[in-house]
Amino acid sequence: MLEFLKKLFLPPERSSETAKERLRVVLLSDHLSLAPETVEALKRDLLEVISKYVEIDPAHADVTFEQREREVAMLANVPITGIRERPRPTAPRTEEPSPSPQLVAPTVDAPQAAADEPPAAALAPEEEAAVASAPQAQEKQPPPTRASYAGAPRRRRRKKTVALQGPAPG
Amino acid sequence: MTTMMRAFETGATAVASTLASAAAPVEAAPVGQPAPQPAQPQPAPPHGRAIVITSGKGGVGKTTTTANLGTALAARGQRVVLVDADVGLRNLDIVLGLESRVRFHLLDVLEEKASLDEALVRDKRSDSLSLLAAAQTREKEDVVTAHMTALIEELRRRFDYVLIDCPAGIEKGFKNAVAGAQHAIIVCTPEVSAVRDADRVVGLLPNDWHPDLIVNRVRPQLVKKGKMLSVEDVNDILRLPLLGVIAEEPGVIVATNKGEPLALDPASGIGAAYRAIAAKLAGDEAPSAGSDPAVSGGGWFAKLGALLGGR
Ligand SMILES: Nc1ncnc2c1ncn2[C@@H]1O[C@H](COP(=O)(O)OP(=O)(O)OP(=O)(O)O)[C@@H](O)[C@H]1O
Ligand SMILES: [Mg+2]
Repeated sequence: MLEFLKKLFLPPERSSETAKERLRVVLLSDHLSLAPETVEALKRDLLEVISKYVEIDPAHADVTFEQREREVAMLANVPITGIRERPRPTAPRTEEPSPSPQLVAPTVDAPQAAADEPPAAALAPEEEAAVASAPQAQEKQPPPTRASYAGAPRRRRRKKTVALQGPAPG
Repeated sequence: MTTMMRAFETGATAVASTLASAAAPVEAAPVGQPAPQPAQPQPAPPHGRAIVITSGKGGVGKTTTTANLGTALAARGQRVVLVDADVGLRNLDIVLGLESRVRFHLLDVLEEKASLDEALVRDKRSDSLSLLAAAQTREKEDVVTAHMTALIEELRRRFDYVLIDCPAGIEKGFKNAVAGAQHAIIVCTPEVSAVRDADRVVGLLPNDWHPDLIVNRVRPQLVKKGKMLSVEDVNDILRLPLLGVIAEEPGVIVATNKGEPLALDPASGIGAAYRAIAAKLAGDEAPSAGSDPAVSGGGWFAKLGALLGGR
């Protein structure tokens, strides 16, 4: 009965839209798994940023992508080994000559005013952005951070391609 | 005609020596470079365009497209050879109605059991269209990639277009079909699996290629009702230059039954669409007015409209 009413009153389902949405998501996921260099670079940069704020164990850090219904989620699992008293200042990119930052043993900054304001930068509201699970809390497995990808990482060669024309103007 | 035959014979010698050098263990052997032939005119440089028709997914219309596009290009006066690279599943000969003329096949040539001249089958309808059939009782793994590359190069000396009908999949058969080519046409249908496979295949092609797209088996009525991906949807995902759109039509199956490509049927909308694709491929963007209704409107809506109206 309900089905019948649905058929009568709801607009007919447009499965082509479902198809397109599913394709978008699955190709995003396909491309991510096809671009290991990109994913490695992302992981490196991500850990570098995180280690400015907390001490981490990069050897056991893990960044993965998971295909969901409507998006591809990035899951980062980064063990935190200690808290920084004061976040390392964000160095301008140009001052960093080393392409592979040393994350393993970051020098602890001299303890300063403990009441320092948190930096206005990167990792905003705690539970949303915390990209971490402390080693002790490992059993509980807090939900890993989630960051949806906005757009597909297009392959280089795609740039030059011309999409199809729209309906003729005249 | 005599000069034509002579040229063919020269080429046959060239390919034999080419294949021999490719098979030799010496790495530096110039694959595709025919050995010098005293008292023979220098072979023409490989001027022709070798285009592989591929898709990843099976059954989307690669063979149909190869047959029709080849027929349409030949009808424009181009010298065309169709190479069936689907070793083990020979199809192109029967789609073209040439199955009774095939004596030797691709592997016979690659293994020097037959010369190229013996293996090339002339089309019934057009003198400028030839076919090199696939072996039916052999396997894709039997083809040596270097031999295939050399053969395609030799064909490029003799023909303006070398269209290679690629097998489905992304394994050895695909790699061999792509090896000698310089360009690819991706055939895709408006289905999620076909689009995903097409995307994968594009990723496997050389980085500097600019593959073109043909969307086949489009059903405008279903698209309108939102029950089928539109050409626009498909290309929102794939983002390739759109070479053409082919509607789903029973006429294609009837033509296959008879072994007569629709590209020669002046009354067929599908035929017109393939002729328009041939014109576009040949760099003749503006086909003569009226003869190719499928492109006259410019946009794909217009093309589809023309296809429907053209029946
Ligand atoms: N536009 C169309 N309308 C109707 N039928 C079509 C159309 N295009 C192809 N077909 C049919 O679909 C079937 C598969 O086509 P074809 O053999 O060309 O595909 P293919 O990609 O070469 O397949 P394979 O991967 O097996 O080599 C054939 O029966 C053909 O007649
Ligand atoms: Mg086929």
